[in-house]
Amino acid sequence: MLYREAGQFKTSYSADQALLPIAQDRIGLLFILVVAFIALPMFASDFFISSIMIPFLVFSLAAIGLNILMGYAGQLSLGTGAFMGVGAYSCYKITSLFPDLNILLVLFLSGFFSAGIGVVFGLPSLRIKGLYLAITTLAAQFFLEWCFIRIGWLYNYNDSGAIEVPQRMLFGLAITGPHATPVTRYLVILTIVSVMTLIAANVLRGRIGRSWMMIRDMDIAAELMGIRPLFSKLSAFAFSSYYCGVAGALMVFFWLGSAEVESFDINHSFLIMFMVIIGGMGSLTGCFMGAAFIWVLPVILRAIPPAFELNILAATMEHVSSIITGVLIIFFLIVEPHGLARLWRVGKEKLRTWPFPYAT
Amino acid sequence: MESFSAALDLFFLSPFREMTALPDLLLQVIWEGFVSGILYALIALGFVLIYKASAVFNFAQGIMVVFAALVLVSLFDLGVPAWLALILTIGVMGILALSIERLVLRKLVNQHEAILLMATIGLTLVLKGAGQLVFGGEPKSMITEELGLSTGSSDWEVFDGIVIFQHIDIAAAVIAIIMVAALALFFSRTRIGRALRAVADDHQAALSVGISLNQIWAIVWFASGIVALVTGIMWGARSDVSFALEIIALKALAVLILGGFTSVPGAIVGGLIVGIGEKLFEVYWGPIFGGGVEAWFAYVLALIFLLFRPQGMFGERHIERI
Repeated sequence: MLYREAGQFKTSYSADQALLPIAQDRIGLLFILVVAFIALPMFASDFFISSIMIPFLVFSLAAIGLNILMGYAGQLSLGTGAFMGVGAYSCYKITSLFPDLNILLVLFLSGFFSAGIGVVFGLPSLRIKGLYLAITTLAAQFFLEWCFIRIGWLYNYNDSGAIEVPQRMLFGLAITGPHATPVTRYLVILTIVSVMTLIAANVLRGRIGRSWMMIRDMDIAAELMGIRPLFSKLSAFAFSSYYCGVAGALMVFFWLGSAEVESFDINHSFLIMFMVIIGGMGSLTGCFMGAAFIWVLPVILRAIPPAFELNILAATMEHVSSIITGVLIIFFLIVEPHGLARLWRVGKEKLRTWPFPYAT
Repeated sequence: MESFSAALDLFFLSPFREMTALPDLLLQVIWEGFVSGILYALIALGFVLIYKASAVFNFAQGIMVVFAALVLVSLFDLGVPAWLALILTIGVMGILALSIERLVLRKLVNQHEAILLMATIGLTLVLKGAGQLVFGGEPKSMITEELGLSTGSSDWEVFDGIVIFQHIDIAAAVIAIIMVAALALFFSRTRIGRALRAVADDHQAALSVGISLNQIWAIVWFASGIVALVTGIMWGARSDVSFALEIIALKALAVLILGGFTSVPGAIVGGLIVGIGEKLFEVYWGPIFGGGVEAWFAYVLALIFLLFRPQGMFGERHIERI
């Protein structure tokens, strides 16, 4: 009843090509942004902000990065965790070499290092595709993990082998380090993620994004139609790794506070891949849904036994939540292989025609 | 120029000088590599069996190895005699294969390969959680002697030194060879084996001559379950049975790339190349890089190899049509 585009006439090309052509979508997005930017920082507890919202946003950004590569350009990758690591370590390195540089600038610079590494490990994609490519990206994963351990220069030769986030100010406010409040960190991340999502949405529907999708759908046909596979594939790797790198830097600087190699191991690569698949390949909304699902689900599962006053060991709970996550992944793949985003789209279509589903 | 030739010497000459200086050590390293290569090959074999018949890239093979070994050891701990435990474990792997086919694969027929891969990763999570829940997370030792495998070692004096052969390693090599031979016979001589090859060749054509896809899938999963059990026993005998094995099993993926996804001989040769190559590289070139190079050598080798031969050593070359 409420979700109708009837009566919304477009009178200019720019209105017709808007990102969200339907007014209700715009209102919905505005509502979400208002809640995220104003209501949550005012009313939510520190626990909710720092252990649910911040990781959710970080993983959403990483999932967008991987989705660009997997869902839009059709190149499987299992090295996301390592690309996030490159971003995090280069951010750490730059900010310790140039402490006066604005931390946001450093953050965006560090993405370029990650993009460069991504291009290098994306080179095999010119020769191979599909599962073979997925396994070669494991080379990136394990090689880079090794670098993070063995190259002491990356973590300034400190004894723990971990990178500790120094305090950095923005407008006289501590935004990283131990003195930054969760709300400040949350707002910084939220702003960055919102802006980068907007950029991604526009790149994806632009010339480059379309060339990626052509490569994904059929690379030989795309080549015959004048798309350069070299440029398209490598730019997809670069773009995707840039997003992953920034997400990794955000993860360390605004969420964890310090990080070791374990934060970038293969399990994180899988985690983000789950988010993309569950959320829906080839959908930006799906990235957020998938990240919310995969990250929030274990948190809820962990909260269930205390709620019923059951006495279950934390380790047992972890195993149970691993089983449940696995079962749910398989369940979702069987029920809707195109992910939550497809369910959402189907739901919206149903809403549009409700209550007369046959009147088209 | 000076530093360049020094680097050249460091990378390309001095490792070989070390090799020739201590030939017995070299032999020992090659033997160690050979044995771990066989174990990689066995895991890769499990992958190949499933991939050939169903085009499913079974990520869960590594965890299946751990799972099978854990079931075996835990049954023995419960007081079941070793031979009965072995049979019961084979039964458990059979039930596992049937339920995977029934509950997961049958519902995902005709899906994109990435989705099937994801399903097996989901399966990995389930098996890992269930395994840790039932058997506990701590490492267990394999019941090597109870299964009739010797745990001693023999020395071989050669080149003024000795090379040590663990009996369990010799047994691993022999069993692996027997198993590959048995599989080869099974594929070429039995009715089911031929049906398997038919399915691997063309799903639809196989269906049209009356081969049941579901049955075949259950059989290949069962077969790779048995391969997993053997791998688990062998690997468990060399170190402990623990979930850490799963990460090592990922190296079998690099083996697959070298050998091609659909080739049984490829899996064997690839496994040996990776096993021997990585041990040699670790011992003779590792110090140059600061050690620990075993972690990535296999993948980087596979990556470089793929640049020159994308379909693997024995893989089929696909001709693409529009």
